[in-house]
Amino acid sequence: MDTPIFDGEQALKGYALNKMCYSFNDAQNRAAFLRDEEAYCNQFGLSEAQRAAVKRRNVLAMIEAGGNIYYLAKLAGIFGLNVQDIGAQQTGMSLEAFKAKLAAAGN
Amino acid sequence: MARIVGMVTTSHVPMIGKAIGAGLQQEPYWKPFFDGFDGVHDWLDRVKPDVAVVFYNDHGLNFFLDKLPTFAIGAAETYRNADEGWGLPAFSPFRGDPELSWHLIESLVADEFDMTTCQDMLVDHAFAIPMALLWPNASPWPVKTVPISVNTIQHPLPRAARCYALGQSVGRAIEAYPADLKVLIIGTGGLSHQLDGRRAGFINKEFDLMCLEKLVSSPLEIARYSIATLIEEAGSQGVEILMWLAARAALGESVRKVHMNYHIPISNTASGVLVLEPSES
Repeated sequence: MDTPIFDGEQALKGYALNKMCYSFNDAQNRAAFLRDEEAYCNQFGLSEAQRAAVKRRNVLAMIEAGGNIYYLAKLAGIFGLNVQDIGAQQTGMSLEAFKAKLAAAGN
Repeated sequence: MARIVGMVTTSHVPMIGKAIGAGLQQEPYWKPFFDGFDGVHDWLDRVKPDVAVVFYNDHGLNFFLDKLPTFAIGAAETYRNADEGWGLPAFSPFRGDPELSWHLIESLVADEFDMTTCQDMLVDHAFAIPMALLWPNASPWPVKTVPISVNTIQHPLPRAARCYALGQSVGRAIEAYPADLKVLIIGTGGLSHQLDGRRAGFINKEFDLMCLEKLVSSPLEIARYSIATLIEEAGSQGVEILMWLAARAALGESVRKVHMNYHIPISNTASGVLVLEPSES
């Protein structure tokens, strides 16, 4: 899980989750998810693992369950999280430490 | 005859769109990035392209995994930008050049690049942000456009050498186009960055600087890399250098460097911009 590769196996496993995330391009669908998260996940037929990962807002678990980062970024947006927030979450760092690490890469 | 005036390759991080919207260009965080475009604007004022052929990667706005082309090309009168899930304001629509699109399609398919053709195509931040960086506050956009999308979402991705060959084929097709047009090639994405996994936040300055140098003098040395090597060295999403390679290839062998800027970080990304012109050799 250091560097996930989204290949055919992941694409097959993650289809329902990614399809749900793709639906979030539409603001109405984002609102429907926020109104009733469980019903919205059911509508897309998410697996148990996918449902649990979404419920826990756990990005690594979503990737493990076949999620693709580009689609997951749309879901993260609903919770007000950007790619730096989810970078911090995946690396187990505070947001400040993660940002400092990025800045230090320029030295 | 049509003529390629040069190439601009640039990062396309979504957060740049937010910064443009909020007018943050001169804030300390953003200044080293946006100031890097002054040289681009000067050059564009001088060469005044009529049309831009844009190599970019869709991030799940126009394409989903139900039907995901490896290489796709727009053939529409207009391309719209739209909400990608974050509720950001959309950029104004981009004019297409269907006649040039179909010329490219004919030429590319004859050259064994079997493109997916799109008469209805939304263009995401990877297409729109570079346009806004090249022509800030432009209304309408001063160029017509032809989008060419390369799959970087789902593996297997096209090899770097294949993307390079695609760019070469696009370059030959443009040079054979009878209309008197000045064509700009744009390539978007990169440079090194990784959004996913425990290695998220990975940036590789040394590799990026090497690429920026080799893109000018010996791009085939980068086109030789496997996708696995590019991901190892540039991060999962740093693989977007494929778009830079395709754009560079369209220019032909010999080029002159006009302008370059490199800055770390913009969001999770090492940002870069490079302007090259074909040189008479």
